[in-house]
Amino acid sequence: MKAFITVIGHDTVGVVAKVAGLCTELNINIEDVTQSILQGMFAMIMLVDLSNCNVDHDQLHKRTDALAAEMGMQINVTRQEVFDAMHTI
Amino acid sequence: MSMFNTGDILETIEMFTQDNLDVRTVTMGISLLDCIDPDPKKACENIYNKITTKAANLVSTVEHISAEYGIPIINKRISVTPIAMLLGACPEADPVDFAKTLDAAGKKVGVNFVGGYSALVHKGFSAGDRRLIESIPRALAETDIVCSSVNIGATKAGLNMDAIKLMGEAVKKASELTADRQCIGAAKLVVFCNAPEDNPFMAGAFHGPGEPDCEIHVGVSGPGAVRAALARLPKDAPIDEVAELVKRTAFKITRVGQLVANLASKALGVPAGIIDLSLAPTPAIGDSVANILEEMGLETCGCCGTTACLALLNDAVKKGGVMASNHVGGLSGAFIPVSEDAGMIHAAEIGCLTIEKLEAMTAVCSVGIDMVIIPGDTTPAVISALIADEAAIGMVNSKTTAVRVIPAIGRKAGEVLDFGGLLGYGPIMPVNSHDPSVFINRGGRLPAPMQSLKN
Repeated sequence: MKAFITVIGHDTVGVVAKVAGLCTELNINIEDVTQSILQGMFAMIMLVDLSNCNVDHDQLHKRTDALAAEMGMQINVTRQEVFDAMHTI
Repeated sequence: MSMFNTGDILETIEMFTQDNLDVRTVTMGISLLDCIDPDPKKACENIYNKITTKAANLVSTVEHISAEYGIPIINKRISVTPIAMLLGACPEADPVDFAKTLDAAGKKVGVNFVGGYSALVHKGFSAGDRRLIESIPRALAETDIVCSSVNIGATKAGLNMDAIKLMGEAVKKASELTADRQCIGAAKLVVFCNAPEDNPFMAGAFHGPGEPDCEIHVGVSGPGAVRAALARLPKDAPIDEVAELVKRTAFKITRVGQLVANLASKALGVPAGIIDLSLAPTPAIGDSVANILEEMGLETCGCCGTTACLALLNDAVKKGGVMASNHVGGLSGAFIPVSEDAGMIHAAEIGCLTIEKLEAMTAVCSVGIDMVIIPGDTTPAVISALIADEAAIGMVNSKTTAVRVIPAIGRKAGEVLDFGGLLGYGPIMPVNSHDPSVFINRGGRLPAPMQSLKN
């Protein structure tokens, strides 16, 4: 149950800490993190394991949506299989 | 950071969030052949029970996949065996009762459309076909989510001119009976030549008699993603590079559709049918096939060069998509519905896009004169002749063509109809009103072309 959490928007203090804090609370293990600038926008990508996540997908999306609204950024949670399908043959 | 490619991940997220990439529809095809009964009440009961059983978990399963994987999936739909096939067994039945049954069953399971109030009459009428066709306007006026289609021609059969005459009348009447609701009846009715039996897109979806008992089809979309990719290509890049970029983007889009098809098929315990490799626009800004053609270098869709650009687009979408999917089917190509595409609407409003140009475009892309709003005083004979022209293009070129026009009752060219939602809105486009009625009144069967003799 690997997924990527992507956070895109204007860079602010504590982005990694806030998202990592939510992951800790929901028992989501962070396996890898990278940051880059995409067309002037800050982008953080986290590879996570959702196997032991303690809420269902709807709840998870509600929590990430709420955090996104609080930080004024866009957060998406997308399963790894989607990227594998699109970008590997 | 060798575990993943940042660029790939951000490209995918951008396609979903900025470019309106989505899986347009997951459509469950359900055979109703085992619901046939000479007692229409019993037949309707059988239909209701079969649909509500087979599709009981369709909507919740697809929504779960969408949430779990982070893939937007817009529509959940059902296609069924052409109802005329069931109607043949009950000569006394009111066909509209069958439409109401489909409406009730579809609403019960929560899908947004049920397709299959249909008849296949490309070579002639069998029991039930005429009664179904004559009931279509009333069925569409008295139901909400039922869609209707009639196949009036085929490359191998020629064109059934008697059916074409009836369908011109049915289209007009469907609009008249729903004149108080933006003439929505005609927007739910498609007239086909070479209709595919596994099409997941509405309003033309039905479950052909050669299909299995139950299966899952997926229709992908993503004009916005193709347009965004092309926007990043330099304007002096040769056209070969345009084709290559469309192919690559179509591959990625289609792989998402195949993933959803595999997941839905497994979760529902129903075999995967086909992936429909279509570019289906929505009225959302940027999610437009017309805008793709403009991105290739046309000032406005409809100008000279439009047919050539559309031919490239249609071909590249198929070439990219075919390797990304296990079984390709349905309509598979670029759609050019006017009222569902912001770029087409604009082009029609400023007079750059005409019905004659749309007709030429249909020779090189999927489907045909689609979601075109025409003046309310257009005669049934003119509508029939428009259908005959489109069907001739499909018949001779061994491809699907269709007509879905909406006569705007009580309104004239330049005014607007607004259906809301995915069906969109659009200006009333002028139609050549010179009279073809002697041709249409002849009836009979227009012979199949030489292309039909392939054995």
